[in-house]
Amino acid sequence: MNEHILVVFPHPDDEAFGVAGTIAQLTNRGVPVTYICLTLGEMGRNMGIPPFTTRESLPEIRKSELDQACKAVGITDLRRFGYRDKTVEFEDRDILAARILEVVEELKPSRIITFYPGYSVHPDHEATAEAVVHALSLLPENSRPELHCVAFARNTEEGIGKPDIVNDVSDVFDRKMDCIKAHKSQTDWLIKAIEQDPAMYEWAKKERFWVYKF
Amino acid sequence: MQPILIEHVQPVIEQFFGEDVYLHLETTNGAYANHNNEKVLTVNAYIRNGKVNFDSGKITGPGPYRVGLKIELGWIYAEGLTHWELDSSGRLLLAGHDAEGKLAVALQISRNPFE
Repeated sequence: MNEHILVVFPHPDDEAFGVAGTIAQLTNRGVPVTYICLTLGEMGRNMGIPPFTTRESLPEIRKSELDQACKAVGITDLRRFGYRDKTVEFEDRDILAARILEVVEELKPSRIITFYPGYSVHPDHEATAEAVVHALSLLPENSRPELHCVAFARNTEEGIGKPDIVNDVSDVFDRKMDCIKAHKSQTDWLIKAIEQDPAMYEWAKKERFWVYKF
Repeated sequence: MQPILIEHVQPVIEQFFGEDVYLHLETTNGAYANHNNEKVLTVNAYIRNGKVNFDSGKITGPGPYRVGLKIELGWIYAEGLTHWELDSSGRLLLAGHDAEGKLAVALQISRNPFE
């Protein structure tokens, strides 16, 4: 099977902190990465001091930030699914799963990256993770791509143990930071934290994945 | 957006009196409120494109400000508003931003549905 990675997250910037370094390493090696981003992050809260945007103009900003972020880590295939921030869990899960499955069947990815269901805090994250798991469960076992999940709920290790993969992304850290900085309307605090807090910097140099077992 | 001045915002509110208009009303402490602090309840609510008609309403307070709009059978109310804008589509956008520049409350009125 050719390597092809499919990343599925609900919000522009979900890929930035936990996965951007891994993506940059893959695209450096010439592995194609497709990103399905479900919403425009319309309900983001950071408006700035003084405010540089409004509830109504934020989506356009976040749209172009995501384009920049994709460039930073070498993603050339971005697919926006057109859902609305905070509403993914109320949409028909089977329809969302079918749309994801359609992309899976088209690309035949070797690996899918999304959140871990039950351990990803935000309701949109959970709904995305559940839809991906549901989509893959419809495939015969021998044609299922690997599913690597990001988890950050406080009870993660109690529930699913330590991460199966801890990927050191020091070699592409500048590009990871470029990705985080591309989302600057929402990540100002994170950029400062990584630049000023050594523990945060160390944490950001590693990316953690739990392999989902069906 | 600009810091609210009552004398600037009140006449704009009055421009919408007696018309069917679309409402975006939201309050939020963020999806991660409880994740960041277990003692805090994550509380978020919004209505988008509620069709309403009010024939009176005021903005009050010393800042942050409150807005109350009287509709036929009840009220539209928001507290904690700090900034406002009449945008290029003629929509009145009112928002309350916290000390970190995060939106905590929004009350928006438009003659056309919000996207």
